[in-house]
Amino acid sequence: MCDIFRVGMADAKVCKAPDKLTTLGLGSCVGVVVYDEERSIAGLAHIMLPDSNSIRQNSNKYKFADTGIEKLVEMLIYKGAGRNNLKAKLAGGAQMFKFMSDSDSMKIGERNVLAVQEKLASLSIPVISSDTGGNYGRSIEFDIATSELTIKAIGHEIRVI
Amino acid sequence: MGNDLSDAFLDILREVGNIGAGNATTALAGMINEKINLSVPKADILGFDELVNVAGGVEDIVAGIYVDISGDLDGVMMFMVDFNTAKKLIQILMGYEKKPDATDPSQFSDIELSALTEVGNIITGSYLTAISSLLDMTILPSIPSLCIDMAGAILSVPAIEFGKQGDTALLIESQFNLIDDVVNGYFAFIPTEDSYNNMLRVLSRY
Repeated sequence: MCDIFRVGMADAKVCKAPDKLTTLGLGSCVGVVVYDEERSIAGLAHIMLPDSNSIRQNSNKYKFADTGIEKLVEMLIYKGAGRNNLKAKLAGGAQMFKFMSDSDSMKIGERNVLAVQEKLASLSIPVISSDTGGNYGRSIEFDIATSELTIKAIGHEIRVI
Repeated sequence: MGNDLSDAFLDILREVGNIGAGNATTALAGMINEKINLSVPKADILGFDELVNVAGGVEDIVAGIYVDISGDLDGVMMFMVDFNTAKKLIQILMGYEKKPDATDPSQFSDIELSALTEVGNIITGSYLTAISSLLDMTILPSIPSLCIDMAGAILSVPAIEFGKQGDTALLIESQFNLIDDVVNGYFAFIPTEDSYNNMLRVLSRY
């Protein structure tokens, strides 16, 4: 028996095998899985924005790549993950609408992915695989027992990374 | 935060939504030559996790038209129809005998997609024109953009825009359907906090 825990927007959850973690309908947001394979524990954060420092209303930590990943790692260690075992997988960061203007706010998906990668690098957490960018939404599910991240998108084959 | 909007103000905003959506569905009804039912509109302050659920299931396929609004009012306007309705609209607009049998959006041709975008353009334009004359405010819509995908992924775009300002947004929504239920659609008008305060200032003069 396993439970599948659903993570909403600007939220995160940590759990252990045989449970699974999922988030549905990722658009420009990024789903970040940080996991400890050895101890079969993983966390998933649904990140909306790249940087908490550029925004006044930043009390919701999981909304941002910088504070969200920091807090996710804290929670993983608190629940028994080994700091040096941590690895990451990510998906999302699409550009859903093609806009005529290429203003910054419209490239939010790309900026989210970059911010997540930078934050993980600064914490020395290697990114094992990722499926980001494009112009389509994704639903993802992480199986903690196998460390497999399954990605579903409309009009695309199911991918496992 | 603007969570202290009174019920009376929300009632007024609901009426604003009703006028916008009424004008827009009249335009749509004329285009497809059918009668359209408009449901009672809602105006609510929502968290963005609720926002992505408003149009049904997060993973339901919808066609969404996104328009950025600037001028005296800032915010986002979205017009969404379910996948079946998108096919029905394409059938009517292209003069096909039956609905295209696409199972996913990549199977639509460019001309079909641009027909659908044009419907969105006319509809969002009519909605905003009605609000603009009601409030006597200048509203400048951006060029509309179409995306057909999971509802959650599409609605994440306005959710992110509003995530920059806070953890909640004011959503003014209206739903419509044809008498025989073949066409279902959804309007979402999401003004920024500054903008709905401006709207209320204008409306409180009456």
